[in-house]
Amino acid sequence: MSAATTTNAADRLGIRAHSDGGWDAPSTRTTPVQTRSDRFSSNIHDDFAIVVGTELEWKLTPVAAVRPLIDDALDGSPYAYFVNGSPGVAVEWVDRNDARIGTAGTAEDRASANAWSSFEKALAITVSGDEPVELTLSRSSFGPSARGAHTLITAKANSRAHIVLQNDGQALLSENVEIVVEDGAQLTVVSVQEWADDAIHLASHFATVGRDARFTHVVVSLGGRVVRLNPSVHLSGDGADGELFGLYFADAGQHFEQRVYLHHQAAHTKGRVNYKGALQGVGAHTVWVGDVLIGRDAAGTDSYEQNRNLVLSEGTRADSIPNLEIETGDILGAGHASATGRFDDEQLFYLQARGISEAEARRLVVLGFLSEIVQKIGRSDLEERLQLAIDAELATGTSA
Amino acid sequence: MSVLEVKNLHVSVETEQGTKHILKGVDLVIREGEIHAIMGPNGSGKSTLAYSIAGHPKYHIDSGSVTLDGIEVLTMSVDQRARAGLFLAMQYPVEIPGVTVTNFLRTAKTAIDGVEPSIRQWVSTVNKAMADLRMDKSFAARNVNEGFSGGEKKRHEILQLELLEPKFAILDETDSGLDVDALKIVAEGVNRAKTNTGLGILLITHYTRILRYITPDFVHVFVDGRVAEEGGPELADRLEDEGYDRFLTTDNVTTDSQANERVTSQGPSETSVG
Ligand SMILES: Nc1ncnc2c1ncn2[C@@H]1O[C@H](COP(=O)(O)OP(=O)(O)OP(=O)(O)O)[C@@H](O)[C@H]1O
Ligand SMILES: [Mg+2]
Repeated sequence: MSAATTTNAADRLGIRAHSDGGWDAPSTRTTPVQTRSDRFSSNIHDDFAIVVGTELEWKLTPVAAVRPLIDDALDGSPYAYFVNGSPGVAVEWVDRNDARIGTAGTAEDRASANAWSSFEKALAITVSGDEPVELTLSRSSFGPSARGAHTLITAKANSRAHIVLQNDGQALLSENVEIVVEDGAQLTVVSVQEWADDAIHLASHFATVGRDARFTHVVVSLGGRVVRLNPSVHLSGDGADGELFGLYFADAGQHFEQRVYLHHQAAHTKGRVNYKGALQGVGAHTVWVGDVLIGRDAAGTDSYEQNRNLVLSEGTRADSIPNLEIETGDILGAGHASATGRFDDEQLFYLQARGISEAEARRLVVLGFLSEIVQKIGRSDLEERLQLAIDAELATGTSA
Repeated sequence: MSVLEVKNLHVSVETEQGTKHILKGVDLVIREGEIHAIMGPNGSGKSTLAYSIAGHPKYHIDSGSVTLDGIEVLTMSVDQRARAGLFLAMQYPVEIPGVTVTNFLRTAKTAIDGVEPSIRQWVSTVNKAMADLRMDKSFAARNVNEGFSGGEKKRHEILQLELLEPKFAILDETDSGLDVDALKIVAEGVNRAKTNTGLGILLITHYTRILRYITPDFVHVFVDGRVAEEGGPELADRLEDEGYDRFLTTDNVTTDSQANERVTSQGPSETSVG
């Protein structure tokens, strides 16, 4: 479809820098044929055609592995979860007819619509008041059968919250997460995927960010067989600010995919997208698609997106596809960068020349590369734990 | 008494145009506490010598040996050489995003010593070394070389030299790009390291001005991949006055018999590569 996609096809097999930008090069715009906001959407499973695997939104995904979530009936009953956090946050199951459902977005693929059609109750997390609050929602008992889930996160006007969705254990899960950031609110949502090795997880996160509100979204994917998490964020109020970060470490046989959509709808909105990933081991595959749409009314927009991948071994594949569409001439700035590269031998040499062993030097460089994102998480306990988790990833890998 | 000995070292690199021979038989002996200056035209192979001793994988050793106290270092990995007591202050130190100076220094010290330094003492040692080199404390929290000015990178190299306490250090143009004050500060650091640990130094430079602060015991003129002449500190002054012309002949790449034939029309950088 888009020119950018075609240009980037070459990147998939190789490890070259993206053709229109180095690590930091601002670059020219690339415009898809179909405007991103025109993509078909529906919350009804049957509205979507049978997936064959060559479709734009599926062609980089191991469709056979996720097939049950696309086609089969999903168990949408409430599941066990564990909450740890401030009393100022309400967590409750709500009915399908809750007025908030559907306010942040609509499914754009068949697996997402399948989950939407299947859930019996939605888990609603509501933040109000103006004291800053923290919450961790842990989910670790989905089990092996195919499930659908729906989550509603609402940050009431002028509230401030930091929410972690911590995912562990077995899963065969398709889910939708709706996030409403009301005017003046400040919300961080961190979704951590540390699933068991055979877990399959498809997720669509939909967010709307109101006037002068601030939303930070962080995707951390370390564990699971296939994790595909697609955040769509609409900066819909004037002065809204969206920061979308991602960090992934794919080992042998793991597929981690993130299709990011950042929509600047209103004026004076600011957007930053920064995803960083490491790949190690045969069959490690990562996909990053970054669609940024600066709409007609988004005067004064400031937007930048980037994706960087660090390849640590042979046999990996990193797809990195930025798309930037601009419908107004009146913007402050917009750019994108995408690069996939091998380990920098000069960095390795420098560290080794100071007595540091090769394995330790690699560890330092990879942790350093990913730490830029870890530091954005904003919870020191989680940041420390993730540093250790990344360390463990490195230790299990093929590094010399 | 430690000795670093380079014997008949031949080194080449693979380039797109084929194999390029850079070092063509280098001989050098540096003893503990000695300062050897190496001066020579651009492209003559000085950095190649430095990198080859340190073990950079890009450089292929064709023949020769480098021994530290009689033990061959050319068969060691880069980090083994550093742990054996070699240090290279690089001409172009690389940036390492996300790795703080504090973390880097502690990791390096631990690797060199084989044990983690006691935290309290280490912190005060680092603070003092930074103060001596007039490095602001804020550098400790910054990422290695990231956004450092040229001069700051060089000070950071000398900071590592002082903290890691090697037996021999190769300083590759550590003086280039330094203003007069920074030059003095860096020279003081090098002299301190020598006084404190009996460091032997191979100082690669283009300028005699650093030799006013770090007095060499020997000066070697490096031309076309080998040492063309050796002498005392006075040789440096002579080079400053005369340049390298008398070492550069029209075809000194292929023959060695025309030492008197001067090239007068070209600067050293054009002729040295041949
Ligand atoms: N990796 C490489 N690939 C190709 N050529 C190389 C490589 N490394 C060094 N050379 C060449 O070898 C020669 C010697 O280079 P080297 O950097 O050792 O010179 P130098 O004496 O340090 O010069 P300068 O005074 O400019 O620092 C030069 O002609 C250089 O271009
Ligand atoms: Mg050099």
